[in-house]
Amino acid sequence: MSSTPTTTTQLREFVTANFYVPAAVVLDDIPSFLDHGILDSTGVLELVTFIEGKFGISVPDHELVPSNFDSLAALSAYVERKRV
Amino acid sequence: MAFTGTEATFSASEARDEAARLVLRLREAVHAMRRKGVVLGISGGIDSSVVAALCARAFGAGNVLGLTMHEAESSDDTRRLARLVIDHLGIATIDEPLSPLLAAAGCYERRDAAIRKVVPGYGPGWRCKLVLPSVIDTEQLRISSVIARSPEGEEIRARLPAEAYLQVVAATSFKQRTRKMLEYYHADRLNYAVAGTPNRLEYELGFFVKNGDGAADIKPIAHLYKTQVYQLAELLEIPAEIRARPPTTDTYSLPQSQEEFYFALPYAWMDACLWACDHAVPAAEVAAGLGLTPDQVERVYRDITAKRMVARYLNAPPILLQGANSP
Repeated sequence: MSSTPTTTTQLREFVTANFYVPAAVVLDDIPSFLDHGILDSTGVLELVTFIEGKFGISVPDHELVPSNFDSLAALSAYVERKRV
Repeated sequence: MAFTGTEATFSASEARDEAARLVLRLREAVHAMRRKGVVLGISGGIDSSVVAALCARAFGAGNVLGLTMHEAESSDDTRRLARLVIDHLGIATIDEPLSPLLAAAGCYERRDAAIRKVVPGYGPGWRCKLVLPSVIDTEQLRISSVIARSPEGEEIRARLPAEAYLQVVAATSFKQRTRKMLEYYHADRLNYAVAGTPNRLEYELGFFVKNGDGAADIKPIAHLYKTQVYQLAELLEIPAEIRARPPTTDTYSLPQSQEEFYFALPYAWMDACLWACDHAVPAAEVAAGLGLTPDQVERVYRDITAKRMVARYLNAPPILLQGANSP
C-alpha cells in the first residue's frame, strides 16, 4: 500500500473525532464504516468536504463508492491515489 | 413458500377488516384523549386522503377538520386534489396559506443562501430540488445533490458541501413544522386530536421531519405498507385521480418523486423489500421475485438499514437525564 502514515493518521483523527467513534473501537479494524454505523449520508458529505479541503483533491460523484470510503485503509488508499 | 413480491398486500377481506378495525381503534384512542374529533393536513396525496376518510367514518365528517396549507412552491395539482378529497368526504376545511409565515421565518431566503454556495446565481425565479443517486443503477453512496433550474430553463446539478446541505434541509423543514404548528392551533381551539399520516415506509425509514410531519397525537396508518394504503383507498372510495397519482414530496419547487428524494425504489418494490428485509428473506430470492439482481437487493437492504438508523433518532422521545414521575 502506498499510503503514508501521515494521510492515514489525519484521516483516522478526523473520523474518530467527528463521528464519535468509541474509544474502545480500533478504527483500522473496522471493515465497513457504513455497516458499523460510523458513517451516515451526512457523515460522507462531511468526510468529502474534509478530504477535498485538506488534501486539495476533487471527488467526482462516480468515485463516491463504498470501495473508496468504507474503511480507513480504502479511504487512505483513495486519497493517496488522488494526490499523485 | 417462495417470495413473490406481493407479501405486503391485503386480500380483499383483510382490507375490509382492517378498515373496520382502524375506525374502531381511532375512535377509542381519540376519545381516550378526551378529544372530540380530529385535525389533519390534507395534501391531496393518498396517505392524508385515507386517514381523512377513516376519521370521517370514525367521528362523522362534521368532526374532522382538514387543513389545506399550500405555499408558493406547492404544485397546482396538490391544491386541486386536496380540494377534491375534501369535497368528496364532506369534511370541514380551512385554508391556511403558508407562504407569509414561511417568508417571515426566512425559509426561502435561508435555503436559497445555502444553494448559492454552489450555484452563485440562484435567486428569484429559480427552482430547485434535492436528488439522490439510484440504488438500482449504481453502487454510488446515497449523497444528495441539488438540481437548480434558472428562469431561462438552464439546469445545474451540484453536490452541496455538508454545511450547505444541512442548511437546505433545515430551512425547508420550516414547511412541515409550520404546518404542524397550525394543525395544533386548530386542534387546541376545537379540542380535537392531531392525526399524522405517515405510512409504514415513512415511519420506519424516517421519511419525515422531526416535530414537523412526524408530530401527531395519533398515526393511524403507520403500520401499513404503501401498497396496503392504496388498497384501503380503493375500499374507502377515494377519488380515482388521487389513487392514480404517483407519490410526490411537494416540498421543493421542482417536481420531485419520493424515489429520487428518499426511497430507493418505486413504492411497491420498496414495500416488498422492507417486508423481505424484516423477514430475513435472502437477497437472491427477493431478486428472483422482483426481477432485480441480488446485488441490487443487497444495496436496497443496506439502504434500509442506514435509513432505520436515521429513523431511530427521528422517532425517539426526548431523553431525560434523570428519572422523573410519568404524568
